[in-house]
Amino acid sequence: MASITLDNLGKIYSGGTRAVGGVNIDIKDGEFIVLVGPSGCGKSTLLRMVAGLESISEGEVRIGDRVVNNVEPADRDIAMVFQNYALYPHMSVRQNLAYGLKNRKTPKDEIEKRVAQASEILQIESFLDRRPAALSGGQRQRVAMGRAIVREPAAFLFDEPLSNLDAKLRVAMRLEIKELQKRLRTTSLYVTHDQLEAMTLADRLVVLNGGQVEQIGTPLEVYRTPASAFVASFIGSPAMNLISSSAVAHLPGTAHAGQIGIRPEDLTVTPDGPILMNVLAVEELGAQRLVHGKTGGERLTITLPSDALLSDSLNLSYRPEALHLFHKDTGKRIA
Amino acid sequence: MIENRPGLNLLAHATLILGVCIVALPVWVAFVASTHGATDFMSGTIPMWPGPHLVENYSKMLGAGVSTSGTPPVGTMMFNSLIMALSIAIGKIAISVLSAFAVVYFRFPFRGLAFWCIFITLMLPVEVRIVPTFQVVADLGLLNSYAGLSVPLIASATATFLFRQVFLTIPDELTEAARIDGAGPMKFFRDILLPLSRTNIAALFVILFIYGWNQYLWPLLITTSSDYYTIVAGIKRMADAVDGLPQWHLVMATAMLAMLPPVAVVIGMQRLFVKGLVETEK
Repeated sequence: MASITLDNLGKIYSGGTRAVGGVNIDIKDGEFIVLVGPSGCGKSTLLRMVAGLESISEGEVRIGDRVVNNVEPADRDIAMVFQNYALYPHMSVRQNLAYGLKNRKTPKDEIEKRVAQASEILQIESFLDRRPAALSGGQRQRVAMGRAIVREPAAFLFDEPLSNLDAKLRVAMRLEIKELQKRLRTTSLYVTHDQLEAMTLADRLVVLNGGQVEQIGTPLEVYRTPASAFVASFIGSPAMNLISSSAVAHLPGTAHAGQIGIRPEDLTVTPDGPILMNVLAVEELGAQRLVHGKTGGERLTITLPSDALLSDSLNLSYRPEALHLFHKDTGKRIA
Repeated sequence: MIENRPGLNLLAHATLILGVCIVALPVWVAFVASTHGATDFMSGTIPMWPGPHLVENYSKMLGAGVSTSGTPPVGTMMFNSLIMALSIAIGKIAISVLSAFAVVYFRFPFRGLAFWCIFITLMLPVEVRIVPTFQVVADLGLLNSYAGLSVPLIASATATFLFRQVFLTIPDELTEAARIDGAGPMKFFRDILLPLSRTNIAALFVILFIYGWNQYLWPLLITTSSDYYTIVAGIKRMADAVDGLPQWHLVMATAMLAMLPPVAVVIGMQRLFVKGLVETEK
């Protein structure tokens, strides 16, 4: 186990394209960090730079106290779980788990012990002698994780490991990964584009956009005080309502604000509310319903309990402290 | 296409049976000829049913051979052909799988150029470069040797290209997983790439073995000593009897024998062969 430090890390591809720039992250020993962002934001590149699969153009990666910029992936003491599992198709599950250890010249009885341990933790003992082709998606995912666990590495790197699973299995595996990480206390770096996955798994979130870090913080910090309009719109489902400030020019303290944000659940229906919304569509979610509408040319979404009364237009009110203001030039949060 | 009309079924089967007959008839005629005496084929009518001389003809060819045509016994020629076909098949596979590995997995300068150089040799089959190749082989003193028979035919752009395509279908993540698992390039090649291309190697082996076995022009050119005659070139020599009529019954018996090893290879490796041609799962 070890801490991981990304120090002013950057990646410039040979064509001159900058994929990642100036990333500083301190990952504490045993921490679960999730890198989240839209596709193309550089999160996978960042992870692959830590893994050693991508060369580092600027800055430093340190695992523990060791600078690993020029260390082979195999010698970085990390294990990686891939999106498509990357299991060796011609090897049995047992051989898949043992392959990395065998290459490191681990003694045979030690390999057997660790494989037995890992397969017990992941409950894959019953199909140790099958080939990956004979396993379901969830089982393959477990084997891929087993392959990481047996190595007992300083850090786990997850590259969107759940995106190939169906929705139900994804939720179950998400919880399992969380429990497993709590139990093993191994430093983990997890990449996903799914903000829900990010919120539920992370000790701390790193929100990336365009190769830059937008915000680092615990899921609740990020949710409650998003550092920029981008973070505000990306984290949270349904997304935060962002309204251009010109539409509500009368609000105090909005001189520099370009956008004003409010979470759907912070808007409540009251008979004398100051905002009048024309309802356009309603989405039923069971426990609650999402009501989409328009006010003064701006789109709004609110969440209501499923037994709430609906009409064609609703009067909405809000608490002033629930508003998030974002700067008109930089998009950054105005405190 | 699945159609449930008995008429179509009948037509399909009739077509297939016709095809089988067209392919099988010459083989049948050859077999029949190999079971008759020396004069039966000179009478003007071709017999369609086996004659009484089967054991006699075959034992003669397997034993002494036909001394008048200057060819050694069939056994020697079959052995020569076997050595040649095996060296060509194994040599081609070994070289092309390694060069495909280099071209796909290593970033060296002029990699694209190297690949295209290999690829362009497709335009230069043995027949086109036969004179210079003969010159080189003669200068190296390889006439009348197994090396001379097989080495010039070993380089293969087709096989390199095939393996390149196979390797390109292997996902990058597998390579990366192996790297993280501590497998160096050669270990990755041995532990991952070779097992994954097993069926392709088998399919290629079948094709190349038959290619090597059927070589005619090249062995005819570079072998002057009867110790190195191959069976396919030998059959031609037997049919070219200078001072007499060709002994068709013996030539046909030799042809039948010459067919056996390729047939054995195809049947033996059929399962892998078909898998190698159709398999998509990686």
